[in-house]
Amino acid sequence: MLDPDLAKIWVYLATSPLLGLTMTLVAYSLAHRLYVYTNYHPALNPVVTAVGCLVLCLIVTDTSYAAYFEGGKFIHFLLGPATVALAVPLHQQFAKLRRIWLPVLIALIAGVTTGALTSVAIAQLFGASYLTQLSLAPKSVTAPVAMGISEQIGGLPSLTAALVVTTGIIGALGGTQLLSLLRINDDSIRGIAMGLTAHGIGTARAFQISSEMGAFAGLAMALSALITAVMLPGLLRLIGLLV
Amino acid sequence: MTNDRRSSTIYNEADKYRMIFINGITILLIYELIGEVAAQLLPIALPGPVIGMFLLFLTLSLRRPSMAAIEMASTTLLSHLSLLFVPAGVGIIVHFNRLTHEWLPITITLLLSTMITMATTAIVMVGIQRFQNKWGHHHA
Repeated sequence: MLDPDLAKIWVYLATSPLLGLTMTLVAYSLAHRLYVYTNYHPALNPVVTAVGCLVLCLIVTDTSYAAYFEGGKFIHFLLGPATVALAVPLHQQFAKLRRIWLPVLIALIAGVTTGALTSVAIAQLFGASYLTQLSLAPKSVTAPVAMGISEQIGGLPSLTAALVVTTGIIGALGGTQLLSLLRINDDSIRGIAMGLTAHGIGTARAFQISSEMGAFAGLAMALSALITAVMLPGLLRLIGLLV
Repeated sequence: MTNDRRSSTIYNEADKYRMIFINGITILLIYELIGEVAAQLLPIALPGPVIGMFLLFLTLSLRRPSMAAIEMASTTLLSHLSLLFVPAGVGIIVHFNRLTHEWLPITITLLLSTMITMATTAIVMVGIQRFQNKWGHHHA
């Protein structure tokens, strides 16, 4: 089918990290262009489009995920320092928190608990497997932290990553309507709810509405990541999901 | 430290600017490294980078160091956060079997749990603020 020389080049490229890395950046760059072109439509989140394109490429070329990840791991590695970097927006917005730290803290703990317990309970009710339940538990946490938590509690980090992104899109698409329906008009409260539930994708959506809502969403995202990392293993042990 | 290099201000200014991103990234990596070591030593199960985030936050709050380097590296990394999920997201390909078997519970869970969580967070916060306002008026 392929010219023997071309086939040789393909075999060489398919095993080198260069191809996976370049494919990732090209796919993301195109996906981001589409996102900007559609005026930041939440359903066309660049992560979803880029992942979709790459999955399609891997299936069509019959490339294994392990071979792709040889290149992908260079980008993946940056999730670690990016998590540490969340300390900066947290620090910048901390002054805003001083006035209302108690309601925020209680609301965040309530939200984190509700998020973890409802996801496990609903998944169990509808017959999801044990591993899926564990991978769903940290779904509201920003992806780098959620993947770390998922690994720690014995879930599947890459499944968690996909679930986290989907959660973010659901929250960003339906969240503003839900909050209006509940007659919550205070942008600080709307931001807290959005950032806790829909992490980075929700925060990006909140910034489109107002900078106050965005700032509070970013704060809720960083704080709830910390709270979930501390609380989730104990919470899952309490309901008997973890031993 | 010789003085002949220090005397060249132009060199120093350009060099400072050039090094700011590298310094910022280095600080982030050092905190991640400390976090990873702490994660191994501490009895609680916390991801190393989360401990690193917490320690960096404490440092920023307590010592108020010059932020420029950390701020630049952090802003740059965080503004491309979406890109960093892509390689892990492609990992979904490994879970196709699981997804075709469990798409219904997963979809229902994501939809319901996301909405319940958002509503609960907002309602709890409104409730507590109302409670605080009432309490505040009684004692005013």
